[in-house]
Amino acid sequence: MVTTIIEAIELRKSYGTHEAVKGIDFWVAEGSICAFLGQNGAGKSSTIKMLLGMTHPSGGSGAIFGHRIDRESDSLLIRQKTAFVAEDKRLYDYMTVEEIIHFTRSFFPTWDSAFERELLQRFDLPRKRKIRQLSKGMRTKLALLLGFARGSHLLILDEPTEGLDPVAIEDVLQIVVSLAAQGRTIFFSSHQIAEVEQIADRVLMINRGEIVLDASMDEVKQEYRHIQAVFPEPVEARDFQLPGIESLQLNGRVASLAVSHNLASITEHVRVMRANSIDVLPLSLKEIFLEKVKARP
Amino acid sequence: MFRKPNPTSGVPIYVQVMEQIKHLIETGALAPGEQLPSVRGLAETLVMNPNTVIKVYRELETEGVLEIRHGLGAFVTSRRRSPKKDGIRDAQQLVHDMVEALRKEGLDEGQIRRLVEAELAAEFQRR
Repeated sequence: MVTTIIEAIELRKSYGTHEAVKGIDFWVAEGSICAFLGQNGAGKSSTIKMLLGMTHPSGGSGAIFGHRIDRESDSLLIRQKTAFVAEDKRLYDYMTVEEIIHFTRSFFPTWDSAFERELLQRFDLPRKRKIRQLSKGMRTKLALLLGFARGSHLLILDEPTEGLDPVAIEDVLQIVVSLAAQGRTIFFSSHQIAEVEQIADRVLMINRGEIVLDASMDEVKQEYRHIQAVFPEPVEARDFQLPGIESLQLNGRVASLAVSHNLASITEHVRVMRANSIDVLPLSLKEIFLEKVKARP
Repeated sequence: MFRKPNPTSGVPIYVQVMEQIKHLIETGALAPGEQLPSVRGLAETLVMNPNTVIKVYRELETEGVLEIRHGLGAFVTSRRRSPKKDGIRDAQQLVHDMVEALRKEGLDEGQIRRLVEAELAAEFQRR
């Protein structure tokens, strides 16, 4: 049976007249690694803040572990049970690495000390150094350590690998995968689409406050295709009004289509239009992202 | 032994890993009865989603390539019969029996060969 860990129903957030999040619905299953993609300003951070009770929704509702995100008392429970690593990785500059670990540990009864020691070693963090003197990469690793070692069942990570070198990124991804294998749920935002393709089993894409893609990674890989067809004569946009065609680019006799589903009927349609050649190619998640983001004016 | 799948390829990761495991078995790198890594172990080695590893093992179980023993893990099926190999072996026996029967009827090698070739030509022209 699938247990829902995060649930958002018609979730909205407005700042004055600006609608940052326009009534979104989604849910995240236990043990899933769900990637949350979107451009800067697309509504990712507002959504995450609402989930964590750091800002109140303007409409709709949501729940984490069944606790309502719009109730003050519930959101306290949510924050106790959820490890959150913020994008800015803000830490107390005057403390040393060791001090902040000790300080953070004292708040969480589920703290995993063995894992903390493993991570300290793996991330190669200097225990006695002041946070002020850490490099950007080290700060990120330290912030992640504080999140990972909490022993939480849900981790919400905002840009967890930003500013890390490739070796450290692979380390972080491996830790995330390992946590998921132990039944933890991970909800993370990222601009690194390749790493999303590598570890996520679910992709949620937000653009201008709306969900534009909510699918399993396998679905995306199996169903999204790029079709390029060459016709004997120039073709027009009205020849391509079929469900599943996400975008269309025409250049005289050449048509380029991005297809999200219904591939068989679409290729058949193109064949009936007497195309001289039809190429069907896979679409990478990056290409899908770019399509989704520019498709909506 | 395992290679990391290519996430940007158009082939889903679970298909890539399924093919890799089949190849490891075909080349003998994984022997019949041998245990595969745990879900967590393979997910960590290949830095891939553990739910995808579960999917790989389940699909391979359905195909009869792996056996999942609950609480123990996934194992390469011990008596693996390749249907293709068996099919060829059966056909070989059929041809052998036929040649034997025709010789008993008193036909020589040339006659048998010409009969078989004529039959082959007719059969594949009809198609």
